[in-house]
Amino acid sequence: MRHLLSAGDLDRDQATLILDTASELAQVGDRSVKKLPTLRGRTVVNLFYEDSTRTRTSFELAAKRLSADVINFSAKGSSVSKGESLKDTALTLQAMGADGVVIRHSASGAAHRLSHWVDGSVLNAGDGTHEHPTQALLDAFTMRNRLGTLEGLRVAVVGDVMHSRVARSNVLLLTTLGAEVTLVAPPTLLPVSVGTWPCEVSYDLDSVLPKSDVVMMLRVQGERMNESFFPSVREYSRNYGLDGERLGRMPEHAIVMHPGPMVRGMEISAEVADSPRCTVTEQVANGVSLRMAVLYLLLGGS
Amino acid sequence: MPDNHGPYLIRGARPLGGDPVDLLLRDGTVARVGTDLEAPEGAQVVDAEGLIALPGLVDLHTHLREPGREDAETVETGSRSAAMGGFTAVHAMANTDPVADTAGVVEQVWHLGRESGLCDVRPVGAVTVGLAGEQLSEIGAMADSAAKVRVFSDDGKCVSDALLMRRALEYVKAFDGVVAQHAQEPRLTEGAQMNEGCVSDRLGLPGWPAVAEEAIIARDCLLAQHVGSRLHVCHVSTKGSVDIIRWAKERGCDVTAEVTPHHLLLTDELVEGYDPIYKVNPPLRTEEDVLALREGLADGTIDVVATDHAPHPVEAKETEWSNAAMGMVGLETALAVVQRTMVDTGLLTWDQVADRMSATPARIGRLDGHGRALSEGEPANVVLYDPAAPVGVDGTAMVTKSSNTPFRGMTLPGQVRATFLRGVPTVLEGKTA
Amino acid sequence: MRAQKATAGEAEGISGAQAKVPEGTRAVLDGPEINRALTRIAHEVLERTKGGQEVTLLGIPSRGVPLAQRLARRIERVEDLAVPTGSLDITMYRDDLRLAPARALGRTEIPDGGLDDRVVVLVDDVLFSGRTVRAALDALGDLGRPRAVQLAVLVDRGHRELPIRADYVGKNLPTSLRENVDVRLSETDDQDAVLLGPARSRAGSAGSADQEVDS
Repeated sequence: MRHLLSAGDLDRDQATLILDTASELAQVGDRSVKKLPTLRGRTVVNLFYEDSTRTRTSFELAAKRLSADVINFSAKGSSVSKGESLKDTALTLQAMGADGVVIRHSASGAAHRLSHWVDGSVLNAGDGTHEHPTQALLDAFTMRNRLGTLEGLRVAVVGDVMHSRVARSNVLLLTTLGAEVTLVAPPTLLPVSVGTWPCEVSYDLDSVLPKSDVVMMLRVQGERMNESFFPSVREYSRNYGLDGERLGRMPEHAIVMHPGPMVRGMEISAEVADSPRCTVTEQVANGVSLRMAVLYLLLGGS
Repeated sequence: MPDNHGPYLIRGARPLGGDPVDLLLRDGTVARVGTDLEAPEGAQVVDAEGLIALPGLVDLHTHLREPGREDAETVETGSRSAAMGGFTAVHAMANTDPVADTAGVVEQVWHLGRESGLCDVRPVGAVTVGLAGEQLSEIGAMADSAAKVRVFSDDGKCVSDALLMRRALEYVKAFDGVVAQHAQEPRLTEGAQMNEGCVSDRLGLPGWPAVAEEAIIARDCLLAQHVGSRLHVCHVSTKGSVDIIRWAKERGCDVTAEVTPHHLLLTDELVEGYDPIYKVNPPLRTEEDVLALREGLADGTIDVVATDHAPHPVEAKETEWSNAAMGMVGLETALAVVQRTMVDTGLLTWDQVADRMSATPARIGRLDGHGRALSEGEPANVVLYDPAAPVGVDGTAMVTKSSNTPFRGMTLPGQVRATFLRGVPTVLEGKTA
Repeated sequence: MRAQKATAGEAEGISGAQAKVPEGTRAVLDGPEINRALTRIAHEVLERTKGGQEVTLLGIPSRGVPLAQRLARRIERVEDLAVPTGSLDITMYRDDLRLAPARALGRTEIPDGGLDDRVVVLVDDVLFSGRTVRAALDALGDLGRPRAVQLAVLVDRGHRELPIRADYVGKNLPTSLRENVDVRLSETDDQDAVLLGPARSRAGSAGSADQEVDS
């Protein structure tokens, strides 16, 4: 494994190795010295073209816990074309001797492109509406920790699937790991070819909830309403939002996940967001261990 | 011009793939056709054994980029590229900067073409001012100019306003012009990046639905029939479009259509690696579409092959997919791609290739002196093509100023050996003259 | 690992404690001898630590872990004392990480009560270059502050590359660098034996990961 660009690049053994490694590394956060010397002398660049404090901080902490030198290269601004091209930035990072580049970019495929221009490892930390593989890995890690196994686990992914890199990565990874995924959304927020994806599709959240071990709520941006994906926030929330009543209809062991940031009152009610069955903060904590595992497995060897 | 006006005696070429004959080109015309012709005094003899002779190719859809983007292509480099591809005439699209929406700009392009002398450059006039789709440009003035514009197109943009399209279709009737529509419903393709389907959904790239093209074609066919005008559809890319055009022709609509070489060969699976070399408008579609386009070209539903040669500088392609420019160069590979997709597959004969790439495009563009038979007394516009000379495609080795070919690394089956424009070689022995 | 398991499977078929010895290798310790060595070490630990009240045993994966557990059982038998026992994976502290693709991690389990002020006895199967122990000492430093750290190994084969020595040794085994020491334990390999054979290439020596570290 040289890069992590897509959750689909991982076979079952590789994905399991990442989760197992993350389990071991989770202990580091509880130790007196929260640091391992493993990546000493290695340089990790966080190349963030989109503002994402939580993902960047998570990668930064993960890299620092492995003793890597971390450079935050934030390229703010909506359009890269206004400034230095991605290729020129890549060549700059190359010249600086970056061993790994963590890239977040608004353009789908940016991580793929970057991987052709640098010698180091490229980690996709979210590219447009394509993928966010470490999010899917930390989601799978959280599910495994909470529910013991992923094999046969019934996972409902609810919300704006069409524009969600989290959904794409989760469908690929969870399927690889043996879980059964059901996508739930209004038809406007599902890709046209979703029928060819290795998962079930439903327009009816209420019928899916009682049969789900995990419900993953995706963020739904209010702006989608202006593009006619749904008539109003109220109607969306009534049909696809998770509130206390719906939570009550889920199996007792079932958990609620959210990649964050949550839009309370839209896809999730405050009651559910604050419920102990909601794993949002756990996901954040797990994110650091998981990203340590990925950084170690990509950069720790020869 | 250098002193290469001939005469030229072409020995042993196979006109339209038929039996070998000799062709004597003199004073700009095909002077004699026969076997064992004697070389007149001072004639240069071109050994064309095994080569196919076709009338000089005519491209209805070329972006020469001048004025405005001379870093990508100029009329001169584009003409040279056309000659290398066997073309003796090209239609230069209007989306230059400034836009070719006035007699002044089209005459400038026409003059630049005359100066280069490598290929007849026929400017295309914009349908609307600045391609903005709001107000008709001075179509009549362009038609009356020295450039004698007959093809009008907002290519790159769709004339999406139905009323404006109707008016344009009607207006060009006065001088036997044609509106070449870039069929792309704008609302359905806002932010679109590639064909909408399995691949776009997987890659997370905003999809470009086939219906956005088909809906406009259907509307325009109905409009054209209603007002009794002729309509030309640019770069047809979907199976549905072929079906609609077939239906429109059956019911008597005066519509013609073109397909590009890249849409005859490439599919959206190529986008998988996010390399914008495969980014083009309309987008590469699916295998099913490719096969339907070939069939449509074979049965005459699609009338012509047009390159949509769209040069871009390196930096416009070496970037993220969504920031990259749309378009591919295509003049120099067109004939070889048509051989591979249409001739080698048994779908077209060489004389049909001459029809689809020379005679019919010349007729649609109302272009005299091109697309004529290779017989005595006709203009000596000839291309000699070796169909058994496989070559690896290398964009950097092309004579176009840009190198954005989607065929790079592929092996294509044949090569143009010589091109004659009114008896004067623009390409000889595979090199520009 | 796979090849070795197959061999062990055959050994089961033979029945009895007799070690199955692959061609070209010889057994330098058999099962009973390993047992006796561990029993002796258990006594030595108790003696040297004055009753073992402060001892924590940490096995180094993979084969150090069952050895530590066996030592703990023996100490319990002798002194009726439950010795806190855990494991300490040193992968992240290795100095040769960049010489091979990233490895899967072993388990680290620090017993409740931690390591502060404990006498930590590190347990490993083979002491060779000393690099594993160096890594383990670094790892310990990040986990707490033991009062003392001691080292118990089943086999000391010499060829140290660092100033490190063992406090408790099952058997001193003079070897040549062209030889390979292969410790097999029933917990991981279905039989107890220490085998001496010709050195294998790195790729082929997957069965003795600890030695690979040291060589």
